[in-house]
Parts: sequence; C-alpha cells; structure tokens
Amino acid sequence: MDSMQLFTRQTKAISTARRSLLIIESIPGIRYNEIVDVELGTGEIRSGQVIEVGKNTTVVQVFGGVSEVDLLNSKVRYKGETLKLPVSPDILGRIFDGSGKPIDGGPPIISQKYQDINGVPANPASRMPPAEFIETGISAIDGLNVLVRGQKLPIFSGSGLPHNKIAAQIIRQASLKGKSEDFAIVFGAIGVSYDDAAHFISNLEETGALSRAVGFINTASSPVIERLSTPRLALTAAEYLAWEMNMHVLVILTDITNYADALRELAAMRGEIPSRRGYPGYMYTDLASLYERAGRISGREGSVTIIPILTMPDDDITHPIPDLTGYITEGQIVLSRPLDRKRIYPPIDVFLSLSRMMKEGIGEGKTREDHNNVFMQSYAMYAEGNYLREITTVIGSEALTDRDKVYLNAADRFEREFIAQDENSRRTVEETLSIAWDIFSMLPEEDLKLINEAYIKKYLPEPSRSE
Amino acid sequence: MGKIWRISGPVIIAEDMRGSQVYEVVEIGEERLNGEIIGLEQDKAVIQVYEDTVGLTVGEKVTGTGEILMAELGPGLVGNIYDGVQRSLVTMKDEVGDFLHRGVRTYALDREKKWHFIPAMKAGAQVEGGDVIGTVQETGLIEHRIMVPPGMSGVIDAIEEGDYTVEESIALLKSNGKTWPLTLMQRWPARKPRPYKRRFDPQDLLVTGTRVIDYLFPLALGGKAAIPGGFGTGKTVNLQQMVRWSQTQLNIYVGCGERGNEMADVLQSFKELKDPATGRYLQEKEIFIANTSNMPVVAREISIFIGITMAEYYRDMGYDILLVADSTSRWAEAMREIGARLEETPGEEGFPTYLGSRLSAFYERSGRVECLGSPGRIGSATVIGAVSPPGADFSEPVTQSTLRIVDALYSLDVALANRRHFPTINWLQSYSHYADSVNAWWEKVSPDYTEVRNQALITLQKEAELEEIVRLVGPEALPENDKLLLLIARMIREDFLMQSAYHPVDTYSNPKRSHLMLSTIMKFSDFARGLAEEGMMVSEISASRIKQRISRMKDVPDDEIDQYVDSIRQDMAGGAASLEEGGV
Ligand SMILES: Nc1ncnc2c1ncn2[C@@H]1O[C@H](COP(=O)(O)OP(=O)(O)OP(=O)(O)O)[C@@H](O)[C@H]1O
Ligand SMILES: [Mg+2]
Repeated sequence: MDSMQLFTRQTKAISTARRSLLIIESIPGIRYNEIVDVELGTGEIRSGQVIEVGKNTTVVQVFGGVSEVDLLNSKVRYKGETLKLPVSPDILGRIFDGSGKPIDGGPPIISQKYQDINGVPANPASRMPPAEFIETGISAIDGLNVLVRGQKLPIFSGSGLPHNKIAAQIIRQASLKGKSEDFAIVFGAIGVSYDDAAHFISNLEETGALSRAVGFINTASSPVIERLSTPRLALTAAEYLAWEMNMHVLVILTDITNYADALRELAAMRGEIPSRRGYPGYMYTDLASLYERAGRISGREGSVTIIPILTMPDDDITHPIPDLTGYITEGQIVLSRPLDRKRIYPPIDVFLSLSRMMKEGIGEGKTREDHNNVFMQSYAMYAEGNYLREITTVIGSEALTDRDKVYLNAADRFEREFIAQDENSRRTVEETLSIAWDIFSMLPEEDLKLINEAYIKKYLPEPSRSE
Repeated sequence: MGKIWRISGPVIIAEDMRGSQVYEVVEIGEERLNGEIIGLEQDKAVIQVYEDTVGLTVGEKVTGTGEILMAELGPGLVGNIYDGVQRSLVTMKDEVGDFLHRGVRTYALDREKKWHFIPAMKAGAQVEGGDVIGTVQETGLIEHRIMVPPGMSGVIDAIEEGDYTVEESIALLKSNGKTWPLTLMQRWPARKPRPYKRRFDPQDLLVTGTRVIDYLFPLALGGKAAIPGGFGTGKTVNLQQMVRWSQTQLNIYVGCGERGNEMADVLQSFKELKDPATGRYLQEKEIFIANTSNMPVVAREISIFIGITMAEYYRDMGYDILLVADSTSRWAEAMREIGARLEETPGEEGFPTYLGSRLSAFYERSGRVECLGSPGRIGSATVIGAVSPPGADFSEPVTQSTLRIVDALYSLDVALANRRHFPTINWLQSYSHYADSVNAWWEKVSPDYTEVRNQALITLQKEAELEEIVRLVGPEALPENDKLLLLIARMIREDFLMQSAYHPVDTYSNPKRSHLMLSTIMKFSDFARGLAEEGMMVSEISASRIKQRISRMKDVPDDEIDQYVDSIRQDMAGGAASLEEGGV
C-alpha cells in the first residue's frame, strides 16, 4: 500500500466538530466516499471517510470519534482517491489488517495493479448458474444442503455454538468431488477476538492451507471503520484470484454480526434515521454489495464461493442480521442449540437449513443418481420422527403404534449417525448416502415412497429386503 | 450546462441548472453517469443518479439531455435482457465485457438489425393513434404489430414492404400540411400510463399451471396480485413458474434488487424450456429486466416503470401480458433511501409518505382494455408483485400498502416452507377477488368446479380446527369420522396442493388436469365415507391401493391421466368389494 501513503493535499479549515463528524471547508478534488487522514494537534492520526461533498463544505466522519480534535491545529489530508488494494499472486500466504497493511511481518505487496475495494457488479447476462458440487465431507451439508461453486451460503449460528469449528472443517476438507484440486481460501475476520483470529491462522498453518490462503484480520480492538473495509478487501482479493488467476476461491467472512453492528454504529453517529432495531434502512443493499460478489462468470475458469458466518442475537432468526442475509444468500445453514446440548456435532438444524442451489449440484454424474430421492426421504423420515417426539412430550409414548416407535428410533439414529460426525471425519458423498440407506432399512419398505423403486433395489441394504 | 454542487449517496445537487425540467435525464461528470432530475429550486437541480456516485467531486459538469426518461418500444425487446434503465445487458456484455462499469451507454433496441415489415394498409389510408399499419415477425411466437403512436393522426403517404432498421422510415404520415416519418420504434415516457379506449372487469382465468392458484385462488387476465413471504418461502420460484407456464402471449420478468445467480438461472432455463402450448422456446415470449441487488439502487425505482410500459405496449397490440416484479420491497427500499437523502419527512418505518401512491401508480397500470385504433383489439396486462417483509412480518408498511391495492393475495408461509410443503401458499390466508368472476370460465371446463372447490376449502378449514385438538390428545383419540376428514384433508394437501416446480410432469398442471385431480380426491371422500359407514376403519381405508393410486396421479403424464383417473373411479364405483380385489 506504499503509493497510498503519499498524500497530496491537506486543509486546516475545520469549521465544526460534532459527534463523529467534522465539517471542513471544501477543497478541490476531494472525492465522495474517499478515506482521509485526520491529524490531531497532538500528532495522533485517525482515519475518516468523506460522507458528503458540497461546494462549500464537506462532511468527514472520523473513526474513533472527534475527541481531542481542535479546530486550530488539526488537519485533514486527502488523496483524491477511494480505497484500493494492490493485487498480485504474492498475496497468497499473506495476512493483512482491515486497511490492507501486512501484519505478518512480511514485505508490502508491490504491484502496478490497484483494485477498488468496492468492486464492480458482474453483468447478470455474463453470469453462469452455479452447478458444481463441492464435497465438504460433512453429511448434513453434502447430503441435505449441498454447497456448489459460486454459491453464497451463510452459517447462522448463536453465541457459543461451534461455527468456527465447522468453518475450519470445511476449509480443511472442501474439494470438488473426485478431484484433488484445492480451493484458494480467503479469510476475512471482522471484529473477532484476537484468540479466534490466531486460532484460525494456526489452523491454516497446521493443515498446510496457509500457502493458498489470504487473511484480512480486523480484531475487536482495531478501528470500527475497518470492520466495513475488511470484507471488501477480502472480496477484492477473492475476485482477483478467481477472475484473473482462474482459481476457485472459498471466502469465509466472520462475524457478519460485528459488521452489521459497525454499520449501525457509524450510521447512528451520522444521525441517520434508523430502520428496524436501529440498523440503517440500506442494510439490505449494503450486505448485498458483499454477498453478491459470489458467482461464476461464463468463459472464466475461476469461481467465488462465499460462506458468511453470523451469530444470531438471542438465537432469533427474524433479527435483521440473519433476516436480511437470508434474503440475499442462496440458502442458509442454521445451527441448533438443542442439538448442540445433545452433543451432536455439527449441530445443523435440518428443518431451518436450506441450500437453494442444491438441485443443480446433485444427481447422476454430479453426486449420485439417488441423491435427491435420499434427501427427500431422509427429510420426511426425520420430520415424522420429530413430530412424534413432540407429541409424545404431551401424550406420552404409550399412545404410539409400533410403526411410530420405529420412526422415533429412526430420527434418533439419524441425529446420531447421519448428522453427527467427528470434526476430523471426511465422508465421501457415497458414504453419506449409504448411512441414510442404512437407516432406511429400519423402515417398512412400502414407506419409502419418495424413492424410485430401481434405487431401492440397488441401494437398500440386503438384510431388511429379505425380511 | 451545470456543475455538481453537493454529493450525498445516490443523490446529487447541481447548480447553474436553470431551464431544466423535472424528470429530465442528465449526464454527470467525465464518465457521463446517467441521472434524472427529481426536483428544482432556483438554479439548483436535485438529481437521482442511476449509477454509483463514489469518487465524484464537486464542480464536475452536469449536462441536461432535454428529454424525460423514455422507454424504447419496438421489435427487439422480446428475448432481450435489460438493466433498470433499459440498457441492453446483452449488448453491454459484447461491448464492455463481464462487469458493469459506469457510464456505459447502449440502446435498448439494436440500431443495425433489419426487420422485415409487412404493411397492413395502403398509401392514402386515414389513420389515428393505435391503428395497426403493419407487422414484423419479432420472434417465432410474437407478431409485432406496428402501431401509429398514441396522439398522432393523418394520412399515410408512402408505405412499403421491406427490411428496415428500427430508425428507418417505414411510412410517412401527413397531417396539417406536415409530413412525419413513422418508424418501427416509438418512445414513451416510462412514468406515464399508455392510453386505451376503455377498461373491462377481468373475467377470464389466467392459466398459470399452478393448481393452488388456478383452482383455489384464481387470477384473472388483467388482474393484480401480490405474493408476500419471508426469505426462502418461494416467491421467486412461484413467479418463475408463472412466467414459464402462464397461458399468455408475452411475459415480462422484472428482477428488482434480487440475486444475480437467480437471474442467470432463469435466463438459462428459458433458453432450454419450451412453451407447453406451442412447443417453442420460452425465450421467444419473454422480456427480462435485471437490476440485481448490487446494481445501483436508484435504477430499481424506474425499472418497474420501464417494465410496465413495455407490458402496456404489447397489451396495446391486443395481447395478454403477464408482468412479475421480484421484489417490490427492494423497490420501496430504494425510494426510502432516496427520500432519506432528500431529508423528506418519513412515514412509517422510514418509508416515504408517498409509498402507497407510488405502489398504486404501478399496480393500477394492470388491466384488461379495449385498445386504441383499428382493427379493434382487446389486450390485458396482469401484474404480480413479490413482497419481502422483514422478519416475515406482514404488518410492515410495504405489505400493508400493497394489500390495499391488489385483488388477489398469495400469502407464503414460513412454517410450510420448513415442512417443505411447496408452493407454500397458505390456503387459509390467501384470497382472490376474481374467484367469482372467473367462475363462468371454469364451469365451461368443468361444470362441478364450484362445488368441488367449496368442498375442498371446507375440508381444509375443518382440518385447521381439528389440528388444535390433535395437538392435545393425539390423532388416535379422535372419532372415526374426524379421522376420515383428516385423511381427506391430508390428501388434498399432499396430492393436490403440493406441486413441485422441479417435477418433470407436475410442474405444469393444466385446468383440466387440476380439476380431474381434485374431483377424484373429493369422489374418494364420498366413497370412503360410505365404507366408514359400513364399519371399515379409517386406517384400513388409508392403506388401500386406491388411495395409493390417487397419490400417484402427479406422476401420470397428461396424455394418460384421463385413463388413469377413469380406472380409479371405476374401482370406486365397485364399492368395498373393489378394495378387497385390488388388494390392500
Ligand atoms: N414450487 C416449488 N417447488 C419446489 N421447491 C420450491 C418451490 N418453491 C420454492 N421451493 C424451494 O424453496 C427455495 C426458496 O424459494 P425462493 O428462492 O423462491 O424463495 P424466495 O421467497 O424468493 O426467497 P427470497 O425472498 O430470499 O428471495 C427454492 O430454492 C426451492 O428449494
Ligand atoms: Mg426470491
């Protein structure tokens, strides 16, 4: 980012400092939305952003607030340019902060190429519908909520639930079925604790994934404004790797809740009229400007797949953060506290989770011919078992028929054998499907209504068939 | 020429703008970004910018074009994909590549392409606005009727068959001593409804191929409907199904502030899927507008009006048009954002106070009309808008304002989505005011339609009442006749209402098929009641072969369904004996 250090112009004409805003006399060439430096009389430097440009006055929001700003000695320095990231293949294996500066002790990235971190929208007519199955090795995902290249599929978690562990498992295991080719990983940590960030990096190191990874880390103690630039830097790196280096890129952004809270905090300081729960009315559009950077482009090799992670305040899925995210992403993986209490890992709630791109990614030639049928039957079986479990809490299990008891049992097995797995176990999709078949063999065969007869012949384990 | 005076998000103020008019289109800065004047005060103009304003600076030039925002109308619209301000995304892809850089200019209609024009009248004919002077075969499915633009009249002078670009003169119109060239293309201000002779009440069914809509909550040609639902409840899939299968001549899909991948998917599938009525590719009867959520917010607002203007234009040719907008909430949010920048006093939840009137300015442009000009034509534009209520809470302003305007409501239900009951149209909350007016249409197809529909609705209603009790005492504790009702209700839900968009056969259900399916279930209900009266247990009835065969109706192709249903009905006519023979 060295060329960025050369500020060209500055002004001392600050007329007002209030809340987090400075009103300065307009200066030629200052650009809407650019990031500026505010130098205090004490020599301390804070960053700020131009949020309104007028002919006479310009409004700058100072990150970190205006305390100690004085109107006589403080200066605003600007460069007439919005925030850009230097890109080159050398970014792989590197860790940066939320302003794009290296924090791994390595040299700055030298490049002729600077990309605006806001990106440029892809032409919808140039997009290619995502359809290639990604094998994560996790049954609840590969079997029931398939992830495909170019998809944006968030994890809706709650505080204390093991979303980081799941993300780490996906990073370690994700690959295209039958190919050993690995994803490039771009990791954007937004407002996370120092320990979490360190843990993620050491995880990447241990598995040898660091050499094909790029990290952008904004810890809870770093500037709030950089919570907004961190995911944009990460996505800019991802787009560069995908569209120019032809790589398949998996982007993990965590925690979007910290991002949204930063958005709210900065909007409130500007005195904007808030929408639901104090979040700004444009939060949908703002989140979309991140998530929509996922995709495939026809005629280009690479892809950008995004897994945003968020913690639902109060486990409430109607809270604006998960709600607006769900309105933008192509499904969601929802973690369940009750399953977690039962010590089921990964505690994925099958009913609330959904991958909207699943049907494109599965079937013959992609996963296996019976995948969709197995998915539907598993779902129906588990739903029935769950329903029965619910009514037994009211009316007791005496009222159940023998058939009902089989379903209760099947639902238990489904949780313990299909959903649950070790954090280090990597199941192939065939293994995942055969676990489901194994459980189906408990059911009366005529109950397998959602499965094509030919698949029943082919895949249903023998012992039950001869009964 | 003016200069930028202030920049605040997508709204800028320019000075030295005396002489401009409200809604005039302007070009801003070095990159000539597109914008529209939304207010004037002294020499200053408030401008909403259709492109990203990041990086603009004070003093950059602002030039008026002297024109308000027009939609280009003419051959070449069908099959095309536009952004919110009607730039062809296909042309942009060819000319500037895969990413939408700012300031790119393209025409909506190709200026080079020649169309074969066949006149429908001779020189010397007296014409007025709306008269059809000839035709162009736009696609295999659309005969594009070239009309005299509304408001013009005179005598046709030179008119000749031949190949023309959209700008070349195809005929001359003499009027009051002046001569005007007529072209294949005309332009119309997007915010202004196109005129017609008179309006009719909608009365013919718009066949969508979705059973729960066509049979229970029917939509009429020229009607207006809303489809609200939380995320993932199926708004997009439902709308896509409707533009896929509706028996209309032309459909317009407005993707407003939604997903890019979804657009890619719909575009691709329309290249591959065929229209059930004509066997031709669906692309030949669709126009797409794609202003995805990451494209400039301001363009969302106008995209809906561009879409409805195109719908009216084809309606004026005498066609039935369906326009779907996904999602009107994103459109309303765009207005909210601009309103906030203008520091207007906001209404509920920050939406502008004119939210309701802007929504009705859109929905009210639907309708079934007698078109201007001769030969006499009747055309219709039907409008369906998706609504995305925050937290799936329908009490919010956009849903509520919309409900005051529309005549049919398809209420999507999160609980049904979690149960994977698709479409998730809730049968207790949805309604259609067209149900009575399309009755006559339905009874021509099936005389017992009204009776079957009512029976089904009553059964579903009773089921909802019984469900409460079941939660308390369990299903086994109910008397047999209630168990039977639950069985029939379940059959209605699972074997009739549920309809997978991805099922190769069942994705489209024509009215006759829909009627056969539901009337068979209702016949089974009578049949089963008879058996129950004779003492048969509901659990036995439920396990019968006949019931299983009914649940397979969805898989039976259209050309076999009559026979399939016939044999079920014959067996039912055989009474209890047939159950035993068929084997349980
Ligand atoms: N008719 C249907 N048949 C089968 N599956 C359906 C149907 N409708 C919806 N679905 C399923 O539900 C998912 C979500 O549907 P859809 O994308 O239409 O939701 P939406 O209401 O548009 O959500 P959002 O507001 O987030 O855009 C689909 O991906 C599909 O899996
Ligand atoms: Mg949708």
